[in-house]
Amino acid sequence: MNTTIAAITLRAMVGRRRAVLLLAMPVILLGLAVALRLTGVAGVGTSRAVLGAFALGTLVPLLGLIIGTGVIGPEIDDGSIVYLLAKPVSRFVIVFTKLVVAVGCVAVFAAVPTLAAGLIMAGDRRGLALGYGVGALVGGAVYCAVFLMLGVLTRHAVVVGLLYALLWESLIGGYVPGARTLSVRQWAVSVTSAVAEHGAVPADVRLRVAVPLLLVAAVAATWYAGWRLRSLALTSDE
Amino acid sequence: MSVISIERASRWFGNVVAVNDVSMTIGPGVTGLLGPNGAGKSTLIHLMGGFLAPSAGTVTLDGALVWHNVDVYRRVGLVPEREAMYDFLTGWQFTLANARLHGLADPEAAATRALQTVEMTFAQDRRLDTYSKGMKQRVKMAAALVHDPAVLLLDEPFNGMDPRQRLHLIDLIRRMGADGRTVLFSSHILEEVEQVASHIEVVVAGRHAASGDFRAIRRLMIDRPHVFLIRSSDDRRLAAALIADGSTAAVELDGRERALRVHAVDFQRFVLLLPRLAREHRLRLYMVSPSDESLESVFSYLVAS
Repeated sequence: MNTTIAAITLRAMVGRRRAVLLLAMPVILLGLAVALRLTGVAGVGTSRAVLGAFALGTLVPLLGLIIGTGVIGPEIDDGSIVYLLAKPVSRFVIVFTKLVVAVGCVAVFAAVPTLAAGLIMAGDRRGLALGYGVGALVGGAVYCAVFLMLGVLTRHAVVVGLLYALLWESLIGGYVPGARTLSVRQWAVSVTSAVAEHGAVPADVRLRVAVPLLLVAAVAATWYAGWRLRSLALTSDE
Repeated sequence: MSVISIERASRWFGNVVAVNDVSMTIGPGVTGLLGPNGAGKSTLIHLMGGFLAPSAGTVTLDGALVWHNVDVYRRVGLVPEREAMYDFLTGWQFTLANARLHGLADPEAAATRALQTVEMTFAQDRRLDTYSKGMKQRVKMAAALVHDPAVLLLDEPFNGMDPRQRLHLIDLIRRMGADGRTVLFSSHILEEVEQVASHIEVVVAGRHAASGDFRAIRRLMIDRPHVFLIRSSDDRRLAAALIADGSTAAVELDGRERALRVHAVDFQRFVLLLPRLAREHRLRLYMVSPSDESLESVFSYLVAS
């Protein structure tokens, strides 16, 4: 962990117009929650549908994608990362630091709004709010690790990440139950199910499968990103 | 005192060979890396800076391999060609961040010293995106100097600078060299390199074409065969007189240009001969124009020789 890199990364992340993008989705989620609450349709079932489909299914992967690739992709694209690389700093430290910043952003922009939306809609009923809040944090963190790795590997990280989230998790995961075992979203649902009241949230992947997979995915992606950053070839305009 | 050693290094990207079997040693003082655009200068600098792995051969700094060795950055300062910096920072914040990333004991003092060296303290509290190209170049230089490196690598530092900024940078680079640092900068302009570098390495099409002080390089470039286009009051008579002398190898009447195309092999002798012949034969010279003075033709001659 390097505080100088963390400070620069954070400023680049929330300082630009991207911050508006980061705020838009949580604001929609909270607005929806308030509207449902005011109109009186915010029961346990509706809360579960909104938190599961919109918060965990859309907000978390999208923010994970924007933030995870955003903490490193633009710097690699415009070449300014050279100022970090031309330093006696381990590449693993650079990646880890950027991941910490990304997870912090996901906590603020995805996990906390999910928790808040849950509290607004369901109160403390059946542990839904806390369950989805923790699920969003854990899922968001792993999305960040995976998408940060994509940001190091390819300049088309956002496209590849979207394809993964849309095709694999939503489409294929929707029809092929087996694909769900290898889906960050389903792992997050599994965590949510464990934190919430027993039986409140159904999960396809069991916790003792989901937790090791979450850990392996996060650690492997971070390690590989650092490994590839060691050999990142800087291209010039020449 | 640090020495960069490149031994039989090549670098290819797919089918394109950017650097082809180059060996050179860069020692203290200012070295200019001269070559036309696309000659592989940037690739060489990236190899020396540890940002590219050589496909073959080795690049070492004081005997230690540069690739996958982040410790070399304690001794190397790099001024990249690309413009992008952390534009939302001020000059001071940017330089200080670079000092902190080096883990210096007193980063504030180091940043202050570096900004003073490049004379940028007056604008250090402005954001980088408000800087002119020359100011950015100087802050990039400050960032490269914060840790007082023994080696300084500059990729096309003069690109896009106005004459005043150029003079300032020339002075700065000379000072760095005089301090005993190993300074290497790339450029495609001979005059630029001549003014600053005590030693010149020429690369053309990925190959090491020539090496020496600027006098040696200049001589190589001047002593090559030259082609002149000449128009006179009587081209045919001038042609006969020119070919009679040993300083020309061929004379052609170019009907399309309506001029003489003269291949001179002995430049020094030819430039004295031409006016003398014209006077002796009472010919009037309307045009004497070197027709192959493009850098590429100069450089390609160097490669061939």
